[in-house]
Formats: sequence, C-alpha cells, structure tokens
Amino acid sequence: MSKLDKAALGEPDTTAPSAPDDAFLSVRDLRIHFDTDDGLVKSVDGVSFDVRKGKTLGIVGESGSGKSVTSLGVMGLHRSARAKVTGEVWLDGQELIAADPDEVRRLRGRKMAMIFQDPLSAMHPYYTVGQQIVEAYRVHHDVSKKAARQRAVEMLDRVGIPEPAKRVDGYPHEFSGGMRQRAMIAMALVNNPELLIADEPTTALDVTVQAQILDLIRDLQKEFGSAVIMITHDLGVVAEMADDLLVMYGGRCVERGPAEDVFSEPRHPYTWGLLGSMPRLDREETDRLIPIKGAPPSLINLPSGCAFNPRCPYADIPKDNVTRTVRPELTEVGGSHWAACHMTQEQRERIWTEEIAPKL
Amino acid sequence: MAAADDPAAATRGRTAVAAYILRRVMGAVLLLLVVSAVTFAIFFLVPRLGGQTADQLATQYVGKDANPESVAAIKKNLGLDQPVYEQYWNFLKGLVVGADYTFGPDATHCGAPCFGYSFKSHIEVWPQLEQRIPVSFSLAVGAAVIWLVTGVTTGVISALRKGRPIDRVSMFIALAGVSLPIFFTGQILLALFVYEIPVWDSIDYVPFTENPAEWAWHLMLPWVSLAFLFSALYARLTRAGMLETMSEDYIRTARAKGLTETTVVAKHGLRSALTPIVTIFGMDFGTLVGTAVLTETVFSLQGIGAYSVQAIKDNDLPIVMGVTLVAAFFIVLCNLIVDLVYAAIDPRVRYS
Amino acid sequence: MSDDKTVSEPDTSGSTLTKDTTADGDVLLKVTGLQKHFPIRKGLLQRQTGAVRAVDGIDFEVRKGETLGVVGESGCGKSTMGRLITRLLEPTGGTVEFEGKDITHLGTSDLRPMRRDVQMIFQDPYSSLNPRHTIGTIVSAPFRLQGVQPEGGVKKEVQRLLSVVGLNPEHYNRYPHEFSGGQRQRIGIARALALNPKLVVADEPVSALDVSIQAQVVNLLDDLQDELGLTYVIIAHDLSVVRHVSDRIAVMYLGKIVELADRDKLYKSPMHPYSKALLSAVPIPDPKRRGVKSERILLKGDVPSPIAPPSGCRFHTRCWKATEICKTTEPPLVELRAGQRVACHHPENFEDQQPQDTTLLSSAKEVAADNGAAAPVEK
Repeated sequence: MSKLDKAALGEPDTTAPSAPDDAFLSVRDLRIHFDTDDGLVKSVDGVSFDVRKGKTLGIVGESGSGKSVTSLGVMGLHRSARAKVTGEVWLDGQELIAADPDEVRRLRGRKMAMIFQDPLSAMHPYYTVGQQIVEAYRVHHDVSKKAARQRAVEMLDRVGIPEPAKRVDGYPHEFSGGMRQRAMIAMALVNNPELLIADEPTTALDVTVQAQILDLIRDLQKEFGSAVIMITHDLGVVAEMADDLLVMYGGRCVERGPAEDVFSEPRHPYTWGLLGSMPRLDREETDRLIPIKGAPPSLINLPSGCAFNPRCPYADIPKDNVTRTVRPELTEVGGSHWAACHMTQEQRERIWTEEIAPKL
Repeated sequence: MAAADDPAAATRGRTAVAAYILRRVMGAVLLLLVVSAVTFAIFFLVPRLGGQTADQLATQYVGKDANPESVAAIKKNLGLDQPVYEQYWNFLKGLVVGADYTFGPDATHCGAPCFGYSFKSHIEVWPQLEQRIPVSFSLAVGAAVIWLVTGVTTGVISALRKGRPIDRVSMFIALAGVSLPIFFTGQILLALFVYEIPVWDSIDYVPFTENPAEWAWHLMLPWVSLAFLFSALYARLTRAGMLETMSEDYIRTARAKGLTETTVVAKHGLRSALTPIVTIFGMDFGTLVGTAVLTETVFSLQGIGAYSVQAIKDNDLPIVMGVTLVAAFFIVLCNLIVDLVYAAIDPRVRYS
Repeated sequence: MSDDKTVSEPDTSGSTLTKDTTADGDVLLKVTGLQKHFPIRKGLLQRQTGAVRAVDGIDFEVRKGETLGVVGESGCGKSTMGRLITRLLEPTGGTVEFEGKDITHLGTSDLRPMRRDVQMIFQDPYSSLNPRHTIGTIVSAPFRLQGVQPEGGVKKEVQRLLSVVGLNPEHYNRYPHEFSGGQRQRIGIARALALNPKLVVADEPVSALDVSIQAQVVNLLDDLQDELGLTYVIIAHDLSVVRHVSDRIAVMYLGKIVELADRDKLYKSPMHPYSKALLSAVPIPDPKRRGVKSERILLKGDVPSPIAPPSGCRFHTRCWKATEICKTTEPPLVELRAGQRVACHHPENFEDQQPQDTTLLSSAKEVAADNGAAAPVEK
C-alpha cells in the first residue's frame, strides 16, 4: 500500500481539470438543480474532477454539501422530471449527460457500480442476497441462472463471507451489518466495474468492521485496478483511502488536491474547520475542539458571495466586503491543489501555520 | 436450491414454516370459538335483558295456537330452560354433528351445521344460508377481481406519473368513487342499463355451476357498482404505497444495477407496494361476503346480507346469529389466508 | 497507534494521576453485578427459550464531577446499560446505587425524586423532541412533571436554560422543526439540565450530528460540566470523541466490561486485546500514516450473539492471544495497574496473568496470521 502511494506521489500529477485524456472518469462543471415547491435547490452547482484507474478520490462534506447528489449524478440516477442535470461526465471517453438514458443504464452496474451507506435498506428485503446478485449479473451478462448463481457464490466468497454456498440463499435481514455490506460490495463488483462509487460505505458500521470493509475495498481495488470514489464525512476514512481529495460545501467544491497536500497544507477555512472539529487519536489530548460556528446552509437560500462566509472567522479579511458579494473561484494554490477563497495565498498560509496548525 | 446445499437448514426452514402455519390455523379456530361464544352470549342475553322469559321465547315458535302445554314442550325441546353454558354447548354440538328436535309428534333432524330454526318460518336456518352464500360470494369475488385489477393499475400509473394530468384525473375519479354511496352508483347503473337502454333485461343470479357465462353477465352491474367504490379506495392506497416504495433505498440500488425501469417498477417496487394491499384486501373481501347489504338490496339479489337485514327487521334471532357466524367465518378465514400469503411474500415475518 | 511511543513511561503517568485513588466517599453511582436479560419467546405457547444477555454482570462506579466514557461496538450492551442506570429499564440482576441509595427495583413513584437528579440525553435530536410542542413547553416539562416552581417563574428559567446551552432565549415559542440538528441537541441538553441534575447520562449525544456541529456540542458539554459541576456518563461508539470528553473509560464487549481505565492509560497502553484492536481500528486523519498497516489489528468476523455468548472470556473467539484457559475460565476484572482494571488472562502491555498457558487456540493463530507479526510477538 505505502509503496503504491509513494509511487503515486512521485508521478507527475494528472488530476488537474485540464487533463481528461488519461482520466477514467472526468466530470466537468456538473450542475444538478431540483425544482421543488420551496424553490430551486442547487444541490450541485459546478463541480469538476477526475479520477484515474487504480486511484481513489475522496469526496468530503457535511449533510447537504452535495456529495451524494454528485455521485448519483455520475451514475445517471437523477432522471426525474424535476432534476435538471447539466455539464459533462466523461466515463472512459464517453459522455453520459447528453447520452441516451438507455445507453447509460447499460453502463450502470457494469462499467460503474455503487455501494450505499446502509446495506439493510439498500437491499430488497423480499429477495435473497443471491437472487439480488444474480439479477445484477444477468442484466449485463447473457448467462443461465445456474451460472449466475455460481458467480454469486464466488463473489460472496471473494468478499469474505463464510460458507458462501449457504449464505447465498439467505435474506439481507439474516446477515449482520458487516456481512450485509460485504454482500453489497459483492453485488456491486459482480460485473467487474471499472469505476466504483462508495457512498458512506462504513458510516453505519462499527470501527472494527469498518476497518475490515475498508481493507476489503482497498484489496479489491488493487486486484481489479478500478477507479474509486469514496464519499464520506469522516476525514479519517478519507485519509486512509484517498489519493485525491475534494472538499464540498454548499454544492460546490471549496478545495481539491492530492490528499496529503490537503491534509498537511489545507488552504480553505472550511477545511481548517473540519480538521479542528474532530478530536484525533494521533495527537496529544487537547483541551478544546475548534468548532465551526453555525450550521451548514440551506441549499435553497445559499448565502451570497462565498457560501461559507457566515461561518468563516476570516470573512472580514478580504477587502470591500468581497466575501459576501462575489463567489470565489477555485484557484491553484500549489501543484494541482486548488482552493476557492478570497484571502490571498499569503494570508492563508500565515493563518494556517500560525493560528490553526499549532492547535490541531 | 438450499436443500441441495444444506438439507438440515432446509428442514429447519420447513418445520419453522409448518409451525407458523399450524400456529395461525389454531389461532383462527380459537378466534372462531371466541366469536361464537360472544355472539351466542349476546343473542342469549339480548332478549332476556329485554325482559323476555324462556316461555315468551318459546311462544315465538308456537305462534297463534299457543297454549301452555305446547309452549312448555317447545321450551323443553329447544332447551330454552337450560342454563346458558348448556345451551351454548348444545349449540356448538349442533354446529358440528347436528341436532334432533321434536315438534309435537314428529322428530326432525337438523343436520350439521345446525344453526337452529327460524322464529318466523320455523324452517332450518342453514339450508337458507346455504342457498344464499353462493350469491354473496359470487358478488364479492367478481367485484374483487375488477377492483383489484383496475384499482392497482390506476394506482401504479398515478404514482409513476405523479403530478401529471393522468394522475390528477385518476385521483379525482377515485375521490368521487370513495365519496359516492353504492345505492347512488347502483341506481344510476340500473336506470341507465336496465331501464333506459336495456342491455340487461334483469339482474338475476344464475349459479356459476349452471352457466358461468350467464353467471358473470348477470352479475356484471352489481360487480361494477361495488367495484367502483373499492377500486377508488385501492387506487389511492396503491398510489400511496407505490410512491413510498419508489423512494426506498433498494429502488435506487436496483436502478444502480442497471435494471430497466420496467423491472425496477414491477419486480422491486410493486412487490413491496402490494404487501399492505394484500392485508387490506383480505379483510375487505372477508367482510364483504356477509355485508354487501346495499348492493344486494339495490339489485335485489338473494344474498346473506339482504337476508340478515330482513331477519333483523323480523327480530329473528337464530337467522341473525347464523349470518353473523357465517360472516365471521369468512372474515377469519380470509385473515388466515392473508397471514399465510404475507409470510410467503415477506421473508421477514416467517419466523417471528 | 500512538501507544508504542508512550508505552515505556506508564509508571510516571500512573503516579501523577491520583484521581482514581480517592476513597469511595465521593462515589455518586455504584453498580454491582448489573444484569439485563431480555427473554426470547418461541413456539406455540410463546415459552421462553432463551435470553439476550444484553448486560451480563458489570461493576463500576461513577464519581462526582467526573466523566465516565463507555465504548463498545453495537450489541455490546452499552445503551442498555445507560437505560439501566437511569432506571428507564429494570435490571434483571445486580444492584444500582445512587448516592448510596439502592434504586435497583424502585417503582415509578419511588423513582421520582431520583429522576430529578439523573437525566438522560438521547442520540437522535429529531425523534426525541415532540414536534407539536414549543421549545418552551419541552424544556419546562421537567418542572411540571416534578411539580417544581423555579425562582422567578418557569418562563424566565427556561429562557435562562436556553441561553446556557447557547440558544436564543427569544426562541421560547418556536417548534423543534425550526431548529437544526445541533440546535435540537442543545434543546435536549437544556431539558436535561432543567432540574439541576447531579448525573447526566448521554447516549451517543453527537453521533447523529455533522462533524462541525459535533465539536460545538462536545465543547458545550465540557463547559457545562465546568460551570455546573455535572457528572457525566457518556456512551458513544466514536473512540476519538470518548477520549476527548472522558476522564475514565469503560470498554464493553458482549455485555461485559473488559477494561475500565483512566483515559490516558487506556489510550496509551491498552491492556485488553479487544481495547487494543478497537483503538487500532480507528482511522487516523493523516494520509502520511497510511500504509503503516502493521499497527492495525484486523479482527475476523462479527461479534458473537449475546444470546449464546462464548464460554470463558467472551473475546476468546476473536482474540489472537487466546489459549485454553481463555476458553474455560472467565477472567475477573482486576486492577492490574493503578487506575486500570482489566479482565484478561494475557493482557497487553503488562505481565501475563497465566504464563503457564502458552498454547494458542487455532482461532487465535488464524487472527495472528492475518495480522502478520503484529500481535503474537509479545508474549
């Protein structure tokens, strides 16, 4: 694992938005807006990123940041009349937003697959685990039920479910939380997808089981060389899994870059806030956490200017009230490390090294 | 499939299912006993609370030529002078093996299930019921098929086209259906298709065994008017259930697997959405067999509902009690079937 | 984990922490042999065929002014334990003493005075507040239930409580849905504080909240303890949060306390293998540490069923150090080091309690093999 990471670091970075050629998944200016009774909800409002084969992108954010909506958008799962999806999603050289929905459906589950947060509600309670995996396999492969069942048993075995030939006939409610998530992973991987999106895959699990599942995802990624998007609110999980990191706030990306850079030299006050909010086992015990004041914004009424400005302790540093009037664009702050903040690079560097980092 | 891999588990599964069925059947029998006891108690007590003595009750059977001797004889024959538990026991025995009664010089046998004799016509209750049950049952069955098909289809379409014109129109019609009483729709249909344009010359009951086509044709109008009410109700229920199901996580998973929308709706959505419908349907159907009074009256069908109304008017307790028990029997039976079907649909309830 | 760099200096830290050596005089809550078994009924007659042994014989005490953290995975019985000590549930066995008074089997009316002193904060700020009541009504409910008339009137007192927990007192007449998750949790805290309780039991108080909000609530709990001298029992699955808030921590596994220790001792040199595995599983938010895989102990499979817990030490089925004795004899919870009680035959970071028993169980060998050289080297 560590060797791989080192190698990745040494390589010239290709995650900049200008290089979609070698990225397996390339998202450009994705916007997903919902027309609701209360008004237009801009769940995702202009997000771009790339994921390469064998690499993991972590998407971090709080509730309502748009992280899950983004992933469902990539999968083409916002087909309701009220959702308006614009931008480009390039999967292995094929654009999906403008593509025929049935074409995208054929890619779903085969070329790109998804793991969801709560496997108990994400699996159908009336069908056995085997039936559900068989169904996922047969929709993309013209094989007999028997062959598909054999494949399901293989997959259950591969994800570490004991006695797979017996468990294949069990119902989801008969599995423990960890085993259910394994079954869910087996179902997602049954067609050898090249892109795997994991939406909070371990949030509902205990730490020891979480460690098992993360380990499993890592192993499988190594084995199949797939591109992985890991969506989570847990910075610990991201730090462990992700090569690159995307921090979302209010439907937009506020910071993006190689995971090590974002963790060691974060350049957005929101990222600082996230780091300061969590107690850490790898540091000496601190007296107080440094929370972010206020609560995540409503997507219907996003604050004008920088969406983070009402919660940002540094909102007054940039001149002319610009944080409250102008939306900051992503600017490069280091090698393929981007952040959207009105403060100057120097100001941010100073605040980070002098005020924030020592308290973490 | 499981059996091949692990016979022990399969056997365990089967015994669990058998135990479940046995438990439900025993529960149903027990429930029927309780219902019969309560019904009997009510019908035993009601006249006595009204101040009637055993003599007066016996008088009802004798009619005009009542004299103390004949009344006493009847009282003895019917066991009206016995304590309540003994009467109940005899009643239960009569249901199972039949009973013998002597009226005057003749001894008559009232075959099982014996519900006793009508106060009014002095004839056995059961043969009367036996004649009328098929009518009520036919009415309920046909209407049920119609309302299930139309109601569920409308509900599903409405849910999938939520907010579109077709949804709004169907839900408006459904609201009308729920609000319009059966004697209104029934009368309108009668007026239109029997009196105005005589598509049907009359509404009769033709036994299914005699001529199935005629049976269906002649019951069409009552079916439609009864089904209209229920299908409206079922359309609304299905729509609500479907809307809820389609927002479940597992539907999103099904879509993420790349299934076609048809498979997602039919295999994953509908199956869950229909589960509560099965429960409600069982209860509705069971209840309807004994209580389609209005429809039977409007279309002059000789069903048990209409029969019971007449019996209540005549204060003919044995008939009322017979109808009550038959109706209860259907309700309990349908609930039993629902429980079993439910277990077949939802694996989670099987072993609880 | 960070234990390896600190494990060499446990003695100094042990002597500086004298808190735990104080006598029983300031014990607020004392629990002895506490048990809760939920019966399982089966068959036609619904006979009891077994029991879920949710809490199965635990002893601990909570001292005035301290925070006792309780950690463990789902199904370890920590939430049941919380409900037992607040007497929302009646124990099946053992005793609960609050301020020296046995409250184990008190009835509803006898419990009333104790209910003033012991309050609970729940996990879900959405379902634990009645949506039809205003905040004023919710926070003042304890006054009505206990028939207490606060000085200066109910309204004034409620407004004071709202400002104590950092809410706007003017929002007295608003409804729960007008508040965010973090604010709702503050309302729950205000309600718990209304009667000036001595002990507050919080069951997963922050786990339903967003990361940035968690920190706000954790800090609030901290401040309230300082200002009001509260005693906390905080039940949580998040080991980082528990470390941050607790003075002492109980680690539960399958209805038992396997380790009960001062915070620093537990986090720096856990003695129970389960504590060690649990701590090692917490992901560290530092990508540079990734790949140092040998530090992590991966346990196999799931927690066994609390209906039929394993014999002897309940952790022996998943432990890499388990020997024959672990299977047959249940280790008692004993104080091996000042301020650190452990129930283990072969503790980590301490001398073996059963050194004669060296043959590993086959399950232990598997776990050890899975984790490379991580575990079995230290005997």
